Amino acid sequence: MGLDFSVLPPYAELLGVGLWWTIVLTVSAGIVSFVMGILFAVTVLYAPAVIAYPVRFFIWLFMGTPLLLQLFLIYYGLVQIGIDLPALVAGIVGLGLHFAVYNGDIIRAGIAAVDPGQTEGARSIGFGRWQALRYVVIPQAVRNTTPAVGNMMIALLKESSLVSVIGIAELVHASQLAISETYRPFEFYIAAAALYYLANLILEAGLNMIEKRVEASR
Amino acid sequence: MDIELMQRVLPFFMEAAVVTIEVSALSLVLGLAMAALAASAKLSGFVPIRWLGNAYVSLFRGTPCLIQLFLLYFGGPQVGVNLEPFAAGVIGLGLNIGAYMAESVRGAVLAVDRGQAEAARTIGFSRSQTMRYVLLPQAARLMIRPLGVNTIALIKGSALISAISVIEITYTAQRFISSTYKPFEIFAIAAVLYMVIIYVVARAVDFLDRRFAIA
Amino acid sequence: MRPSGSMVEVRGARKSYGNFEVLKGIDLSVERGQIVAIIGPSGSGKSTLLRSINHLETLNAGEIWLDGVQVNQPLKGRAFERHINGVRQQMGMVFQHFNLFPHMTVRDNITKGPIVLKGMGRDEADALAAQLLAKVGLADKIDSYPSRLSGGQKQRVAIARALAMKPKVMLFDEATSALDPELVDEVNAVMKQLAAEHMTMIIVTHEMRFASEVADRVLFMDGGAVVEEGQPSTLFTAPTHERTRAFLKKYLNA
Ligand SMILES: Nc1ncnc2c1ncn2[C@@H]1O[C@H](COP(=O)(O)OP(=O)(O)OP(=O)(O)O)[C@@H](O)[C@H]1O
Ligand SMILES: [Mg+2]
Repeated sequence: MGLDFSVLPPYAELLGVGLWWTIVLTVSAGIVSFVMGILFAVTVLYAPAVIAYPVRFFIWLFMGTPLLLQLFLIYYGLVQIGIDLPALVAGIVGLGLHFAVYNGDIIRAGIAAVDPGQTEGARSIGFGRWQALRYVVIPQAVRNTTPAVGNMMIALLKESSLVSVIGIAELVHASQLAISETYRPFEFYIAAAALYYLANLILEAGLNMIEKRVEASR
Repeated sequence: MDIELMQRVLPFFMEAAVVTIEVSALSLVLGLAMAALAASAKLSGFVPIRWLGNAYVSLFRGTPCLIQLFLLYFGGPQVGVNLEPFAAGVIGLGLNIGAYMAESVRGAVLAVDRGQAEAARTIGFSRSQTMRYVLLPQAARLMIRPLGVNTIALIKGSALISAISVIEITYTAQRFISSTYKPFEIFAIAAVLYMVIIYVVARAVDFLDRRFAIA
Repeated sequence: MRPSGSMVEVRGARKSYGNFEVLKGIDLSVERGQIVAIIGPSGSGKSTLLRSINHLETLNAGEIWLDGVQVNQPLKGRAFERHINGVRQQMGMVFQHFNLFPHMTVRDNITKGPIVLKGMGRDEADALAAQLLAKVGLADKIDSYPSRLSGGQKQRVAIARALAMKPKVMLFDEATSALDPELVDEVNAVMKQLAAEHMTMIIVTHEMRFASEVADRVLFMDGGAVVEEGQPSTLFTAPTHERTRAFLKKYLNA
């Protein structure tokens, strides 16, 4: 059975929809991972021990285990304690939390690296502890960690393929559907890979632009 | 916590852990070999070779590992490559991590002070001699940590081969989660196994880092 | 227990780091509109004193008062936090290393405080920023980022940022020490202008000439205590203590 890429065009729309969901997943989980990452960083650094320690345990657990296992836990596991998340939500939560843990670590280091004089400058004007963090320290930490967090977003785009295993109709899942009808795995996985590659290039270009703008505003 | 259940499934998990370790170790070897090849290709003076190195790294880093595995395992037979799940897993993971490791190696070589290469060239060393006698020995130390990070990512990434039905830790966990309805107990076992393996690797990396620091 | 009618009042201030006592019971009172310069060798506790007035350092003993309100009140937790943020809004502090916010334009550096803390409207805050920048001679830098400014320009923006909160007193901690010599004068000129407007100021400085020009009163600190104080004319020309003489000799010759 040779290769025949003419099997692809009839499925262009299916793959297109799959790609669309991959983008939706990546963007939503990206936002979740960024916001939660900041939250994790602030919690680990400033929250009282009763909150900080459980969060640190969670971070430690999520850093040490595979994303796929975490997705199984969230999707098949939570149902059994009565939390029935739709697959799409489970996918976004799983991906979002997984990358939040890494973003949190990056941003925590970024916060620690901001000159203490910055906090003093803010406090001397009358900013409260939280206001100094919100207006002065966190924005600088986020700017300084843009490249590292950007790398996480690039990883997130590719790792979003894993949620196909819990049945979300993203690009990999769409390819599998097409394959089940055509029995042409090679052609369709090549097509999916090409689409990921393209999306990856676009994301990288976008992140480069953001980095340049951040760099210019300093 | 259902301790009785945990004791019952533990033997299955121990077998699965051996598979995870085997796959990881074999892909690590393949990955390091690919990384060495690709990094030297990328740093080569010969343009087509450099281009080949760039293409390998860019394609394997630019697409999901899961797709690479599927392509190899499900798509392979279409082009005459018939692999067992285990072999497909090792080759797929190895090729994938090799691309990341190549960047770690290249980054370490480039991080060696520029003056070092210039000094070597003024003595009369060739490009490859400079690499071999001056840059690589210094870069070796710088690449231990990044390669360690890659290795730990590889171990966690090995969970993906459950999708091509290799019976490793995550495959076993998934099977027991759906058959026992005790997700947290099962997750706990799998998590502990991964963490132990990763802990051992992290200590080994620390050890190597210290060894090379003295040298 | 309001001690007096002065703007800033420090009473029996003590501060230790571990076993090392940095402030050994300082008393200081600064009247409204008065300008006090603090001089003294490195490590004598000048910065610690100034930072304690702003409560960036917590005293082990003693009291700080600002315009009849105790700064270091024995409040706890949130209540103290609210109190100190209010008090700090009434004190401007200028640091040796500027501490401008690098991620904000000059305009935002100046307006962030009034907008967030005082609920000032954007337009009013912008007008205030423009007015203050004109005053420190940097009207054209309003949209620049701090990284594009020279040290002297940065310090003048830092002064404008502090003034935007309409403080009752300005605290300067070696505001010109980090500057290249040719940039010192532009910052000193701004401080002199504030002096002419009768701003209450406490100025820690290593520049004896500047201190003698602007200050109404000079304090000489050494080893965590005020050794001697007086009008610049007397303290600089006829110091009574041996330590003051030795210090001045070194500095005036330098
Ligand atoms: N956080 C701290 N921990 C320990 N010791 C400190 C701390 N801050 C200041 N000190 C010590 O307190 C003493 C007084 O410091 P301070 O900064 O007030 O001196 P200064 O008079 O401002 O000196 P300079 O002219 O060098 O700025 C110094 O010996 C200093 O080492
Ligand atoms: Mg000082």
